Amino acid sequence: MKLLTLNFLTCAVKTCKTSASSFPLHPRDSELEIVEAEINVQFLQNILPRLMWEELGGLVNELGLPSLPPTAPLPSALVESKLQAPESDTTGLNIEKLEVPSQVARDLHRVLLETCIMSGGLVCGNCGHEYKVLEGVANFLLPAHLV
Amino acid sequence: MLPTPSTSHVCFDRVYEPAEDSFLLLDTISAPSEAAFLHDRFEHPPHHGPCSTPPLVLEVGVGSGVVLAFVAANAGKIFGREDVLTLGVDINSFACDAASKTVQNAIKTGSRSTFLDIVNGDLASSIRPHSIDVFIFNPPYVPAELPDFSRHNDYNAPRPGQKPTSFEQDSYLLELSYAGGVDGMEVTNRMLEQIPDILDPSRGVAYLLLCAQNKPEAVKQDIRNWGHGWKAETVGTSGKQAGWEKLQIVRIWRSTA
Repeated sequence: MKLLTLNFLTCAVKTCKTSASSFPLHPRDSELEIVEAEINVQFLQNILPRLMWEELGGLVNELGLPSLPPTAPLPSALVESKLQAPESDTTGLNIEKLEVPSQVARDLHRVLLETCIMSGGLVCGNCGHEYKVLEGVANFLLPAHLV
Repeated sequence: MLPTPSTSHVCFDRVYEPAEDSFLLLDTISAPSEAAFLHDRFEHPPHHGPCSTPPLVLEVGVGSGVVLAFVAANAGKIFGREDVLTLGVDINSFACDAASKTVQNAIKTGSRSTFLDIVNGDLASSIRPHSIDVFIFNPPYVPAELPDFSRHNDYNAPRPGQKPTSFEQDSYLLELSYAGGVDGMEVTNRMLEQIPDILDPSRGVAYLLLCAQNKPEAVKQDIRNWGHGWKAETVGTSGKQAGWEKLQIVRIWRSTA
């Protein structure tokens, strides 16, 4: 499961919903895998306001990944200009100014959409219940006594 | 007409096979009148106000994944923008695997939408409050006794050292996809309770499939009785029988106007 998915998930126990500590869920014993995906800078720019940046930063630290900056980047920081000849130009003479994904964008893309939890647990900070992740699929079904 | 995503990799012995209800959802959501409603709500940039963020589409009970894959693959035509997020839930872990492949295959060519994941869960219990912009639910709507959930853990995954699935296991998993209890509404009623909590308060919209035995007029009235501007209208129908629509799609949304 992708780390971006965790931006939209919380503990399934009804009484945890009102507690701030039920979000985000905390990864435990995670086995991570990088699943490469095509970068979409416009998507990244538009999603920024929807990210719970501080919580995402915490998640990244708990997973032992390189820390995120303390505040979310501005949309403009996700692109940079580059002078290069278009791919179709074999002479290399027709240099153009192109907008390409910046390092900030590539790092964010890697964290949100390419870093996947393949197995491990997701723990609620309020009730302590651990949800299992198996073969990349998180299981949020609760035992009968918790429903 | 937009193409239907391929589900040829799915084993329909234990995952619900796309049928008239699935196709009614596809047809309704992509119909010109519904696309106009969704464009108006989500188009980027919108007619008025600042640029809006990518809408998050959640389908509960994805089954084969055909509906979510259709939305993901045709996001530009349906919403007027490509930067749409899709997320699915199913109680059946075999359906989670199947649907994940269906969506990934459907967006491989030409779609710029972003697929998150399919999670194994009960309805929308694990969804962060008010984070869903478009909610889709094709429920187990047949008036039939609910399956015995005490077997769920045993039947929800292949058992080690045994044949992948037994006939009883497959029957149980398919029952989950259609059996809706009294009036076919027991599961839908639980889902309806969660809808105001998961939808975005200003732009959230839900699509719910109902059959005639679900007493759709009463269901819609109950939703309107939530107050706070909640609306419920039939926006798609199929299979007219003696003046009764066999299946219908109800749109649920809030209007403050």
